[in-house]
Amino acid sequence: MPKKYETPLLDELEKGPFPSFVTEIKKAAAKNDMAADELGQLEKSYRDKRGYWKHGGIVGVRGYGSGVIGRYSSLPEEFPNVANFHTVRINSIAGFFYTSKFLKEACDIWDKYGSGLTNLHGSTGDFVLLGTTTENLEPIFAEFSSRGWDLGGSGSALRTPSCCVGPARCEWSNIDTLDITYSITQEWQDEMHRPAFPYKFKFKTAGCAVDCIASIARADCSIIGTWKGNIAVDQAEVANYAKKGMNIQEEIVNMCPSKCMSYDGKELKINDADCVRCMHCIAKMTKALKPTGEKGATILIGSKAPFVIGATLSWVIVPFIKMEPPYDEFKDLIRKMWEFWDEHGKNRERIGELIIRKGMREFLEYIGIEPQAQQVKEPRRDPFFFWTEADLQK
Amino acid sequence: MEKEEVKKKIYELVEKSMGKKKLKSSDIQKTISAEAGISRDEVKDALKDLIDEGKLIYTYFGGSFVEIPPK
Repeated sequence: MPKKYETPLLDELEKGPFPSFVTEIKKAAAKNDMAADELGQLEKSYRDKRGYWKHGGIVGVRGYGSGVIGRYSSLPEEFPNVANFHTVRINSIAGFFYTSKFLKEACDIWDKYGSGLTNLHGSTGDFVLLGTTTENLEPIFAEFSSRGWDLGGSGSALRTPSCCVGPARCEWSNIDTLDITYSITQEWQDEMHRPAFPYKFKFKTAGCAVDCIASIARADCSIIGTWKGNIAVDQAEVANYAKKGMNIQEEIVNMCPSKCMSYDGKELKINDADCVRCMHCIAKMTKALKPTGEKGATILIGSKAPFVIGATLSWVIVPFIKMEPPYDEFKDLIRKMWEFWDEHGKNRERIGELIIRKGMREFLEYIGIEPQAQQVKEPRRDPFFFWTEADLQK
Repeated sequence: MEKEEVKKKIYELVEKSMGKKKLKSSDIQKTISAEAGISRDEVKDALKDLIDEGKLIYTYFGGSFVEIPPK
C-alpha cells in the first residue's frame, strides 16, 4: 500500500472548474509508490517554496543520447521511491493520431515500469512518460521499440518534430504537414538521437498562417503553409455572412493587416498584390474565401521563449518554397543552416541567438539566400541590407 | 585511416579531456578530422560505433556531451 501524504497546499489546486493535475497524481498515488512519493515531495516543495529535483547526468539507453531525461530527488532518504524519477520521451506520431490499442499498451507498459503518470503531450510534442528508475530504462525502450515506436529528442539535438493536424482534418492546409514531419523525422534520426548540435533545434510545421500549433513562437524552424495565387471570393457567400449579422467592415476589412480589402456593402474586393496571406479573412469567412494557385511554405527561423532579449518570434528567411516529397530543396537549406550554426555557435546558443549575434547578413550569405523584402522584420529596421560604394554611386 | 585507428584517437581525446573539459560530439568531430585529415562523417561514424559498443556514452549537463562511462 503506497504511503499517504497530507497535502493541504496541493488540495487547493483541486478547487475550481478546471481539470487538476493533483487529482490525477492522487489517482496514480493510490496504487503506485513512485506517484505517492512524487505527491509528497511536491507538497514539500510548495511548503518550502523550492524545488527538490535535480536533472541531467548519465542516464539513457545504449546508443542513444536523447529520449531520456535523468531526474533525481535531492531528498532520496525522505522520498526513496522518487530517488530516480526519469522522464522518457516517446516520439509522437505526426498529428497525434494513436490507436486505442497503442494507448492501452503504453499505459500497461508504464504501469509496469514507471509511475503511471504521463504527459500527453509535452510542450515539445512528445508522448511523455514521467518517472521511472535507471534499471527500467532498457526494458521500457525494448517494449516500445518492439512495437515500432522510438524515443524522441532531448538535449543538444533535433527535438521530436511536430505539426498541426494538417490535411488530415483541415481543409485550409496548404502543405502536407504530416508527411513533412514524418520525412524530417526519418531523414534526421541521427541528429535526433545522437546529440551533436550546440543546443536544441525544433521543427514545427503548420498548414497555414493561422498557425494552430504556434510554430512561429515555439520552433527554431517554423514551416508555415502558404500560397502564391489570389484569394477567390464567392460574393453570394459574402452576402450570406452579412445577412447572418457579420460586420464585414469591422471584423474583416478593418482587421486586415495590409489593408488590402474593401467592402461597399455589396461587394468584397481584395487587392491581392498587397495581401500578406495572414489567413484572417479566410478563417473568418470560410465559405466565401479560399486561396488559389501554387501551394508551398514560408520558412522562418529563430523563435525562442526565454531569449536574453526576451521572447522572440521566428524570422522569415524564405518567403516561398515548394514543399513536395522528398523535400530535397528544404533539407539542403536546413543542412546549410546547421553548418553555419555548427561553425559559429557557442555551447547552449540557439540558432536564432546566433543570427542575432552574428547578423542576418552573414547568415544569409552563408546559406546562399538573397535578401528579400519579405525578410524585413520591422519597417526601418533592416540591418542586413548593405550597399557597396559602387551601389551608392549608381 | 582505418576506422579502428579513428576510434582509438577519439577515445584517447575523450580520455585526455576527462576532468578538464567536457567534449561535445561536434568538438570531437572538428578536432579529430583536423588532426587526422579525414572527413567529419568518418569521425562521426567511428564515434557512433564507440557509443553503440558502450565504450563512450552521452551525458547531459546543461548540454549534451560525450564521456567515458563510469566504472
